[in-house]
Amino acid sequence: MADLEQFRTETRAWLEANCPPEMREPVRGEDDIYWGGRNATFKNDAQKAWLEACIAKGYTVPMWPKEYGGAGLSAPEAKVLREEMGKIGARPPLSSFGIWMLGPALLHFGTEGQKQRFLNEIARGEIRWCQGYSEPGSGSDLVSLQTFGEDKGDHWVVNGQKIWTSYADHADWIFCLVRTDKENKYGGITFMLFDMASEGVTTKPIKLISGSSPFCETFFDNVKVPKSYGDDVPAYVGTINRGWDVAKYLLGHEREMISGADGGERQAAIGAMMKRHAARLGDDLDPVLRAELANFDVDALAYAAMGEKFLDEIKVGKAHPAQPNMMKYAGTELNKRRHELMMAVGGSRSLEWESEATEGGKPSKSWLRTKANSIEGGTSEVMLNVIAKRILDLPGA
Amino acid sequence: MPLYHNEDQAMLADTARGFMAEEGNIAKQLRHWRDRNCKDGFGHALWKQMAEMGFTGMLVEEADGGLGMGHVEAGIVLEEIGRNLTPSPFLTSSVLAATALKHGSDDLKGRYLPGLIAGDSVFAVAIDETAKHRPSRIATRADKSGNGFRLNGAKTFVIHGGSADMVVVAARTSGGDEDADGITLFAVPKDVAGLSHDHVRLVDSSMATHMRLDGVELDGDAVIGEIDGGRAVLDAMLLAGRVGAAAEGVGVARGAMDMTVDYLKQRKQFGKLIGEFQALQHRASHLYSEVEIARAATIKAQQLLDGGSAHADLMASVAKAKVAKAARLAVQEGVQMHGGIGMTDEYDIGLYMKRDRALAEFLGDAHFHANRVAELSGY
Repeated sequence: MADLEQFRTETRAWLEANCPPEMREPVRGEDDIYWGGRNATFKNDAQKAWLEACIAKGYTVPMWPKEYGGAGLSAPEAKVLREEMGKIGARPPLSSFGIWMLGPALLHFGTEGQKQRFLNEIARGEIRWCQGYSEPGSGSDLVSLQTFGEDKGDHWVVNGQKIWTSYADHADWIFCLVRTDKENKYGGITFMLFDMASEGVTTKPIKLISGSSPFCETFFDNVKVPKSYGDDVPAYVGTINRGWDVAKYLLGHEREMISGADGGERQAAIGAMMKRHAARLGDDLDPVLRAELANFDVDALAYAAMGEKFLDEIKVGKAHPAQPNMMKYAGTELNKRRHELMMAVGGSRSLEWESEATEGGKPSKSWLRTKANSIEGGTSEVMLNVIAKRILDLPGA
Repeated sequence: MPLYHNEDQAMLADTARGFMAEEGNIAKQLRHWRDRNCKDGFGHALWKQMAEMGFTGMLVEEADGGLGMGHVEAGIVLEEIGRNLTPSPFLTSSVLAATALKHGSDDLKGRYLPGLIAGDSVFAVAIDETAKHRPSRIATRADKSGNGFRLNGAKTFVIHGGSADMVVVAARTSGGDEDADGITLFAVPKDVAGLSHDHVRLVDSSMATHMRLDGVELDGDAVIGEIDGGRAVLDAMLLAGRVGAAAEGVGVARGAMDMTVDYLKQRKQFGKLIGEFQALQHRASHLYSEVEIARAATIKAQQLLDGGSAHADLMASVAKAKVAKAARLAVQEGVQMHGGIGMTDEYDIGLYMKRDRALAEFLGDAHFHANRVAELSGY
């Protein structure tokens, strides 16, 4: 404990010295987020300085081993770092699907050569990754995917289409599920890594109900994917035809992240904030709305306790392996309710799609965005199926 | 402190689970006493056994002969009481009255605690005066009279009131009915003149009383805590009771859920186990999530209370409200998924529904506590 307190003191001093004041402001728009990649540009010098300081310290990926660009922090140390960053409102230096998704999968399944090359690139934000999972017709039912890689000896020729590929139009590389055996439903999928600049790859943004388009359709037309990028650097993770193991492992991470179990906004009570919001609009809370807020706060604060319990149990291996599904289900349903209530309190003001007061329709866009929470990363219905089968042990349909 | 049981607590949970399933189960206790129209609504022999297990005095300080344990430990016992629907004065005596007595004089402790620890005494608490829990309003009066007080008023929903050797009574020694100050708590012994009970059996077969105090004369040494300063003791007692009731509610919810999930795995309709139907699977999974979350909130409240945190009050209301919602869902889904048989007295699932209704009402229902969450949060 004494060591942890010392670590806290040191961390606080380091953040004080290295986190520029501009990086302690809340994120207001997409250009406040640094995603890295070959074509990335910094918004300002502060963003660049903050990233470089964090890279040098291993703080873009604090819990990864030092040889792969991390700081090798223990879970309690990483928690202290998060808390101290939270206290000064420090922005994450680097946002990346490489950090959140591919990295954990490589740490678990990757070869030493893959780890050396890809993890270090990810930690430094040099390559921006996207995830090629869903296909038209294969949303939550991933094993039905059709994109096919034909084996040509030292390479595959990949044909097919992916959908909901977040930021595919900005990504440098893709980690992608490709069917390599048409006969075997689960055992015929390979987890491939390849360059989005490869000939035959095209992307097309999908405009969403929120007006933005973080997602793309991605097309593969005779894309040549080599089986290896060098000594001990295969172009696939895990084993050929066993990509499902990797995908499942990674989905667990994605669900934890989407559930906000690591301390997302979903866990907070909103009633007091909504009362102030109403007051600013010259209004008071309608009694029935106040009651709904109170019921929401009960659920949100209880969920926060569940999140804390879940993380405590993960640390000592007590959590049920399917528990992330429950966290994802409850957390995303809660977040949808949160935004419904926030819209209700704002009344006509929160409807403004284009106005200065709403900074270009932020409330309604956020509200619309949350509707995807219970779809992406596996729908709520799929989560409930998993709970029924793996936790409650109900008979298979 | 991590939000799961440490090794000692896990051992206690194993012990309590085994003991309550063996000795406190529905057939042996709830149905047994109900079918005999027992005037107490619970068995004194079990209470004595619980004393032998060390349960009755677990919240009593070691210096006073108890085990000096916390609300996490009391919650472990309460969850098993809830799971087995065990009729028992544990919550009223070992949690509520014991918490009040912590604030009592050495004389009061000496008079009542040994009987509690030995399982010879049963205590009740008299707080409510209306059909709903409104502890902010206390109209029962205690006027100075000689060296002591004379109490007049009426209390309702006094659980185990008729069996109690002593009732903790919240009365007003000054101010108006709605004032926060001016409350004093009294330890009112069983046979005092002017105390009367109108006994009622509740839907869950437990016994409660409408209690009348007609010129009940008490010595000054019956006062628990400070004269006119009883609100603090009352609040401490309510806090402990709410966290305890939440723990018992978790047990009720889990008991009903387990029974229902088992049933889904056995019952066949249309040539299939009904647990194969996705409509029921999804509802069962949703129920599981709600019950797990309610349980986490309860453990959090217990830990905050044991740690003396200022947030314990808010979290206690979160837990009481969340458990009430989750347990209500559990018993309603339980009866519905059992189908017609769930409506029969022969099946236990309906007993869970009855117990949930009574327990949720005790010390404030989900509406009361959601409102409290709003007030404590400043809106």
